[in-house]
Amino acid sequence: MGYLHDIGEYFMMLKNVFKRMTKGSVLRTLIFKEIDDLIINSMGIVAFISFFLGAVVTIQTALNLGNPLIPKSLIAFTARQSIILEFSPTFISIIMAGKVGSYITSSIGTMRVTEQIDALEVMGINSVNYLVFPKMVAMLLYPFVICISMFLGIVGAYIAGVLGGYVASDLFIQGLQVDFIPYHLTYAFIKTFFFAFILATVPSYHGYYMRGGALEVGQASTTSFVWTSVILIITNYVLTQLLLS
Amino acid sequence: MIKVNDLHKSFSGEEILKGLNTSFHDGKTNLIIGQSGAGKTVFLKCLLGLFEPTSGSIEYNKVAYASLNNKQKRDLRKEMGMVFQGSALFDSMNVAENVMFPLIMFTKQSKAAMKKRVDEVLERVDLIGVDHKSPAEISGGMQKRVAIARAIVNKPKYLFCDEPNSGLDPKTAILIDNLIQEITRENNITTVINTHDMNSVLEIGENIVFLKDGHLEWQGNKDEIYQSENDALTNFVYSSELFQKVRKAQLQGL
Repeated sequence: MGYLHDIGEYFMMLKNVFKRMTKGSVLRTLIFKEIDDLIINSMGIVAFISFFLGAVVTIQTALNLGNPLIPKSLIAFTARQSIILEFSPTFISIIMAGKVGSYITSSIGTMRVTEQIDALEVMGINSVNYLVFPKMVAMLLYPFVICISMFLGIVGAYIAGVLGGYVASDLFIQGLQVDFIPYHLTYAFIKTFFFAFILATVPSYHGYYMRGGALEVGQASTTSFVWTSVILIITNYVLTQLLLS
Repeated sequence: MIKVNDLHKSFSGEEILKGLNTSFHDGKTNLIIGQSGAGKTVFLKCLLGLFEPTSGSIEYNKVAYASLNNKQKRDLRKEMGMVFQGSALFDSMNVAENVMFPLIMFTKQSKAAMKKRVDEVLERVDLIGVDHKSPAEISGGMQKRVAIARAIVNKPKYLFCDEPNSGLDPKTAILIDNLIQEITRENNITTVINTHDMNSVLEIGENIVFLKDGHLEWQGNKDEIYQSENDALTNFVYSSELFQKVRKAQLQGL
């Protein structure tokens, strides 16, 4: 029953996000601040992880291709497919559930604990709209982050493959272009939009409805990370089944 | 003026407020006192419209809150200022931005006019030169003053304070009490303060509502407290040895 209550409360929160919108000029400022906090501030860690993820995928693929009949260009093909289809959209989203999700839950949770949300409500402001809507809008730029991640993943793959002596540069470039299906990019970005919505709203829910003190803020952040990851994985499966099968 | 008629509030079948009847007057510091668990915070949240009463009514200037539509309720809330126990200042804003916040949200004033009003209220609460500091960079007493400044910046008709001097040293607490009383008189605001600080009660209590187990046990002003024969009230107010001596001296006319 507890889970049903939480799911119901989550959807009620989503409904309330779009009620009684905050003043436009205030929202604009909040959205730019959230873009800075959620998107720009995440670029460093996303770039770092994506680069090395691409490199590791290349090395592992190369070391597992012992058969001389298999062309070396397959290393680049495998790296490209892995990065575009799964590693960048899904793996990076799990990382973002930890970084951005925890930030959202703890910042909203702290506002709850210190009565800042009550202060908004007393003033007659729709606190859900004021706090959650700018995050949802800011996360519309999340596909841009994933785009950068894909690019850097492939750059990492190239550097590890070529400089590591696993594959020649021209073969790598050739492998990148083999059997390229543009729809795979469409699939990846559709997934990314769903993930962005989950990353903005599930941690917000956990922060907004938390009760207690500082300790509970920490617990809410952990719970938020776990549930955001679970929902991301399930959504990933469902979307893959719907879009690729 | 706020009038409370037979107010009941229950949570999960447990009755917290048991038929309160009282009124809070304009231009006076109205205090709600009582032990922890007496229902003070629930009562205050009912007055603020954050909790819906189970039964009974609350009237603001002879208009029942329950009879208002959602827009009218929001408009009424814009006429309320609230000072929270922990100040509830927005961490992401500096002092000036915190005070300016209600003006930005609810008025169409120019930036210069808003800045002028913010300077006025910060000066009124004796806070000069801290505009650009964040709430974390100022003391607890200063945070309370900023919270008061934010509560009065939009010229509210009603001011609510939840434990406004908790966590403050006695001298700062008296300063905050006096500041609230002065602002109440200057602007003829209906001020309701939730407190269990006996210094505040005996210093600024012009209309005191004493709650016990969810019902109104006693009502009067600070002078009437000394004469009161209500056991529950005297046990609560004079629980410390110091206040027992104060009462004895008061009764002996010393």
